[in-house]
Amino acid sequence: MGWLPPEAQQALLLSLKVSFWATLASLPLGVLAAHALARWRFPGRGFLNGLVHLPLILPPVVTGYLLLLGFGPQGPFGAPLEALGIGVAFRWTGAALAAAIMAFPLMVRAIRLSIEAVDPRLEQAAGTLGASRPWVFATVTLPLILPGILTGAILAFAKAMGEFGATITFVSNIPGQTQTLPTAIYAFLQVPGGEAAALMLVGVSVAVAMTALALSELLGGWLARRVAGR
Amino acid sequence: MSLDVTLGHRLGAFALEAAFVAPPGVTVLFGRSGSGKTSVVDAVAGLLRPQRGRIAVDGEVLCDTDRGIWTPPHRRRLGVVFQDGRLFPHLTVRGNLDYGRRFSGRGRDRALEARIVEMLGIGALLDRRPGGLSGGERARVGIGRALLARPRLIVADEPLAALDQSRKAEIMPYFERLRDEVAVPILYVSHDAAEVARLATTVVALEGGRVLAAGPAAEILADPNVVPAGIRAAGAVLEVRVARHHPDGLSELDAGGVALFVPRVERPAGATIRVRIPAQEVILSLEPPRGLSAVNVLPGRIEAIRAGEGPGVLVSLATPGGTVLARITRRSAERMGLAVGGSAHAVVKSVAIAREDLGGR
Repeated sequence: MGWLPPEAQQALLLSLKVSFWATLASLPLGVLAAHALARWRFPGRGFLNGLVHLPLILPPVVTGYLLLLGFGPQGPFGAPLEALGIGVAFRWTGAALAAAIMAFPLMVRAIRLSIEAVDPRLEQAAGTLGASRPWVFATVTLPLILPGILTGAILAFAKAMGEFGATITFVSNIPGQTQTLPTAIYAFLQVPGGEAAALMLVGVSVAVAMTALALSELLGGWLARRVAGR
Repeated sequence: MSLDVTLGHRLGAFALEAAFVAPPGVTVLFGRSGSGKTSVVDAVAGLLRPQRGRIAVDGEVLCDTDRGIWTPPHRRRLGVVFQDGRLFPHLTVRGNLDYGRRFSGRGRDRALEARIVEMLGIGALLDRRPGGLSGGERARVGIGRALLARPRLIVADEPLAALDQSRKAEIMPYFERLRDEVAVPILYVSHDAAEVARLATTVVALEGGRVLAAGPAAEILADPNVVPAGIRAAGAVLEVRVARHHPDGLSELDAGGVALFVPRVERPAGATIRVRIPAQEVILSLEPPRGLSAVNVLPGRIEAIRAGEGPGVLVSLATPGGTVLARITRRSAERMGLAVGGSAHAVVKSVAIAREDLGGR
């Protein structure tokens, strides 16, 4: 990566870190939300569905500003986190939070579709064989939805790599702290003579996205064959 | 062991009001589709929560709506065999077979595993995945999976309905071995009279959500008032002894002193088997027939004559081998002057007794 200007290198590494943690940390929550939406009947299900999808339809700047209000140093969630020394405002963790929230609807949709495709009669059969509900989930549902989880995770990762509006609004554009690939491209385009560096980052973005896609196709195909029972 | 079931459940226009006791052996729930068979087994398996009712296995109450008792399916220790097998596609056959044992808290019992794998003939499939198995193979693995969970009761919901005739013939003997060799009681759902005749120790006939009749198989199947699958499927079941095999491809059976000739039975002389004689295939004659190609003649006394749907009547005839049902037209019955208490001869062609109607005890 020596051919990249140091600022661009920094932005790429930070973006990978932010997207990785945003995806990993939100995955369990995503599976839980998808399972709840696909299989449970409870009051407030429609509300949960709306809440999960909100970042998809709100302008990203609005989501970023709401995050700033909530998780800023004086915000209702931000202040206690700040007191514990784990505040997220203007830090890379804040960028990860913004990316995770923006990517969450995509992740949940992919996982939910795969859960809905699981034959509930297989889960019933597992129950009659002595598996309690959590065990049915762990030994039947989860293995069968692995392709969906993988798809959801890759989608979320790709979305996180490209997140711009909410990130720049919430945690700004501080090189080495919160400057991710898209915000770095934006910054390079703001200074005279930055086009070359911006173009390189655009190339890197395309390469990362293509690699993620190819990886998911490969893994997804293998998992789907396993799940189909052949 | 015994299973004690009382159920009351309303689903739209359908009302289930059923009560029966299943003694050891194979209890077949018999009836047309829509008669409530599946609701009953679902309630026993814990997949349907009845509005009212009580279900007890061996005195242990699994469900009692009056006392608020409801045991979830995973604590019932029942082995459920499903119509479509419902094998886990992500596990190998071995993984499927071992699935129930993992939750029973027991160690592996290799002797039992080997015995069941051998009995079902699935040793060569262990490392395969369900996606590549045939319907018959899937059905056998499904049976093995239920058995290896060491259930106190096997519940089978039309396990053969999805299979064609020859696959059925392939699986049926495994259920017979289950009944005869493994001391696990079985609750078996079927709408196929031939299947019932071969397997049932006890028959519970359901119609419109109610128990029409319940009792020992031979008694219920010979009762002209119980023909839930329609009068066409009626047929009596006789328990007979294999007398000898003849070189012309026929086997001679002893039905209470009367010789019956049927296509070759793959059982040794001396074995007791069941024969189902479809009512459609029986001709009645007042005199002992002469000059007829049919070789099986059972003399008897008329016990009942029941008018059925259409122009037919169902005559039940008490013969030395047991009750035989004959389906003839009302016109013939009148012309012959058949009456309860009178005597008649039942005439059956050998080839009318189909292979699937011949089974072990």
